Amino acid sequence: MQPGSVYAIKEGKDKTEQHTLSVLVDNEPGVLARVIGLFSGRGYNIESLTVSETEHEKHRSRITVVTTGSAQVIEQIKAQLERMVPVHRVIDLTVTGKAIERELLLIKVRGAGDDRVEALRLADAFRARVIDATTESFVFELTGRTDKLDQFILLMQPLGLVEVSRTGVAAITRGPAAT
Amino acid sequence: MTRQMTGAEMVVQALIDQGVEHLFGYPGGAVLPIYDEIFQQDKVEHILVRQEGGAGHAAEGYARSTGKVGVALVTSGPGATNMVTPLTDALMDSIPMVCITGQVATHLIGSDAFQEADTVGITRPCTKHNWLVKDVNDLARILHEAFYVARSGRPGPVVVDIPKDVQFATGTYEGPSHVEHKTYRPQVEGDPAAIQAAVELIAKAKKPIFYTGGGVINSGPEASALLREFVQLTGFPITSTLMGLGAYPASDKQWLGMLGMHGTYEANNAMHDCDVMINIGARFDDRITGRLDAFSPGSKKIHVDIDPSSINKNVRADIGIIGDVAHVLKAMLAAWKAAGHKADKAALKSWWGEIDRWRARNSLGFRQNSETILPQHAIRTLYERTRGKDVYVSTEVGQHQMWAAQYFGFDEPNRWMTSGGLGTMGYGLPAAIGAQVAHPDALCIDIAGDASILMNIQELSTAMQFELPVKVFILNNQYMGMVRQWQQLLHGNRLSHSYTDSLPDFVKLAEAYGATGIRCEKASELEGAIDAMIAAKGPVLFDCRVANLANCFPMIPSGKAHNEMLLPEEATDEVIANAIDAAGKALV
Repeated sequence: MQPGSVYAIKEGKDKTEQHTLSVLVDNEPGVLARVIGLFSGRGYNIESLTVSETEHEKHRSRITVVTTGSAQVIEQIKAQLERMVPVHRVIDLTVTGKAIERELLLIKVRGAGDDRVEALRLADAFRARVIDATTESFVFELTGRTDKLDQFILLMQPLGLVEVSRTGVAAITRGPAAT
Repeated sequence: MTRQMTGAEMVVQALIDQGVEHLFGYPGGAVLPIYDEIFQQDKVEHILVRQEGGAGHAAEGYARSTGKVGVALVTSGPGATNMVTPLTDALMDSIPMVCITGQVATHLIGSDAFQEADTVGITRPCTKHNWLVKDVNDLARILHEAFYVARSGRPGPVVVDIPKDVQFATGTYEGPSHVEHKTYRPQVEGDPAAIQAAVELIAKAKKPIFYTGGGVINSGPEASALLREFVQLTGFPITSTLMGLGAYPASDKQWLGMLGMHGTYEANNAMHDCDVMINIGARFDDRITGRLDAFSPGSKKIHVDIDPSSINKNVRADIGIIGDVAHVLKAMLAAWKAAGHKADKAALKSWWGEIDRWRARNSLGFRQNSETILPQHAIRTLYERTRGKDVYVSTEVGQHQMWAAQYFGFDEPNRWMTSGGLGTMGYGLPAAIGAQVAHPDALCIDIAGDASILMNIQELSTAMQFELPVKVFILNNQYMGMVRQWQQLLHGNRLSHSYTDSLPDFVKLAEAYGATGIRCEKASELEGAIDAMIAAKGPVLFDCRVANLANCFPMIPSGKAHNEMLLPEEATDEVIANAIDAAGKALV
């Protein structure tokens, strides 16, 4: 893959990797549009994106992006992000290797009888919490790795899954040091 | 020093404090307070253009010919959207520009007010950075930051969008010395270990080549001086991209001419066969590399660039050095001298022998043997008649641009202004106006085509009003020549809409603007006509009638490698029709 080149006749067959990037930015107006525009404008992938101001007094936000691409594309994405004016730092949590990734899921399930009991039993096994209940439905809250959430959603499908809301990945490195 | 003043006053004060002497612009409702302040002072001169795009390109020409930041001022809505092309152009070619746009009043934003456009949204992908100023107390800081961001690191265009109520509001002004940017601090010094490794690789080279680009020009005159020293010290051959012309003197024997799609045979073959490529401030653009998987297959590549994202973007570098060209070259020269390195003389002799054989093919050769003027001959004659003068050359985009790059020799940096990355037709006349504003006594020539010149011809009126004696040298072949050339190469010579019927009479057009018009149709009269153009006091439109069907060679057809060039003497109609294969046809 040679992004940006009209002479790239053959698509590269380089292995695609998934990386989680932590992007520390000044929380100024339009900063998220800038980051997202970079991805769409240059044809990069966004698998998941979370953003929130994390240091209020400094007006600094952390954007966590999960992206895929060849090693060269990932390198480009980081370089392109780093040269943006409001970006302080880009940390590739996949390279630093010791990151914890978590996602929050809210899922609504509707059912009666055995299905309802089974949904509750599975939620217990997954350590999901019931945060809303009616006589015919539950809303569960579940935190965990992306694949765990995927698995839970899969199991809820035959039991009366109504709808799903999830936050996308938030991530942080292990150990005492800041990144 | 801080003072109370209105937002509009701050704009003018910030321009003065940033050392701005000229700005290019066009007034409108949302910038009237700023124009009122401009009216009441005489430190900053405003050049009124005829369309906002002209202001943008003039600011680019000004910046390119001086190394300073170019400044444009336009109104909201259509004023701002007309700036999108110059902003994109400046982003692609790394030209420092500050564009100030008016915006509707803060409380009207989002209401689809008259002449409202989401300027920061529209210009986000075509600027290095942009700001919408909602509080007058942020304005001074943002303006100074804007200049800092535009000129630092890899230069580029920025936009400061100022709502009309902020221009009227009163707040605290602070001078530039107070401003330090929170996050943006580009790396200018190269990594010493990488520089050491690069110098060792250079010392061992048997078939080296310097491949330089616009980064050398952007780094300033010192970078060109250091480049010359290093190239002459090593005795290596040197070639350059379109944007880098003039960093190394075209009259020197180590100069191979421009490389790339319309580069010389010797430059492209030397790039293909070299063993060490030293890329200084160029970005491996597709016009340069040709087919990537066949690009210089046997070489180790050193890449010096101030933008980390340029390194390994298109071509993998063996040694990447992030830094400013002048700083890195200085360190390289010091390391070279300290280690007592010497170039491998014997290897270099045989390498120059190979290069001389490529040179002997005379890939820029042409035969002017009738009264019909060949475009190559026209440029060569223009070059010869202007030699020794204080000349600045801009171009539009197309065949004439490539001929100018091939046949007009540049011996100094900042003398050549062309739209390289974006390829913007209509760039040349306003850019020449910008250069002329910066250098009032110089000879500023826009080498144009008959199609391109019509894209911004209205700026001739600007040249008249401000007594800017720009010379527009039109290679008139009645075609969009490069489009026609590609139709011959790719589309069975079906010349779909590349012929311009009803071209204006350029002599009368010049006279209509109050300028001088000169027409030349015979080779025997060309020198005299060019001399008359140079001697004319004011702006000139020079209608140079050239051979209608001449094509621009040599050429690397799309999808081909550096050593598969099409040379002029081989380019028969049949060869042209079959030069590009099916896969290459999809490429631009």
